[in-house]
Amino acid sequence: MSGLGIEGYVIVSAVLFVLGVTGVLVRRSPLVMLMAIELMWGAAALLVLTFGRLFGYMDAHVFAFMIIVVGAAEAAIGLALIVQMFRTKEAADVDDVRALRG
Amino acid sequence: MSAIVVIAAVLAIAGGIGVIAARVPVHSVLALILTLVALAVLFIAAGAEYMGLLQVIVYAGAVMVMFVFVISLLTARREPVERPQSLLPGQERAGYVVGLVLLAGLLTAMLRHVYPEPAALPAGYGTVRAFGTALFHEHVFVLQLAALLLMVAAVGVVLLMARRS
Repeated sequence: MSGLGIEGYVIVSAVLFVLGVTGVLVRRSPLVMLMAIELMWGAAALLVLTFGRLFGYMDAHVFAFMIIVVGAAEAAIGLALIVQMFRTKEAADVDDVRALRG
Repeated sequence: MSAIVVIAAVLAIAGGIGVIAARVPVHSVLALILTLVALAVLFIAAGAEYMGLLQVIVYAGAVMVMFVFVISLLTARREPVERPQSLLPGQERAGYVVGLVLLAGLLTAMLRHVYPEPAALPAGYGTVRAFGTALFHEHVFVLQLAALLLMVAAVGVVLLMARRS
């Protein structure tokens, strides 16, 4: 594989995934937590495409396409929920959100 | 060629660190866009040209723009900042420790194997034609489910945003 090799791609994917997990655990702003979740999606797509290249399957590309689709749908719903949170109360910290009232 | 891939990998990780370290949400979005574009470069280097293209157009081009719109609409008056101290004492430190432990576990599990040499690729691997053939011939059910999921997400967003007045 050009440049990094299989191990390099796997390491990059693992580091990005762990950065996403750490972002969800450490940060309390809902927007940043959603972005950390998107980081995890990207790391998973990189891993899937790496192993698709390793074995020569195009099924990995379909899987990565589904990752992008589901990530986009989840970002849309997540942002709508965040807008609702900010509409009812000025909640910039997920510790302050007690109930979602419409 | 390989220097570009190494630079893209470093930029992707730097963007990931920028997402969780930025104090202002707009900086986090910019760092995430950097990560996604660097990931697209890595995709193309791994032979997935169409996926790299889709990543830039759809993920970095549409989803991140949605983030920027929401952030700019929500924080027009003031920047939302978190509490300086978490309600859970020691949350940040515990989060970093858990992250390091998870990284050690993942790297141990993944690097223990000896990976085979990359297989000889079929002609046209990663092009639009090969992707379309795979999507529409073998995985057409997955395509229908993706369409259904997107429609449900769109209807859900409209329902969530409708005011009851």
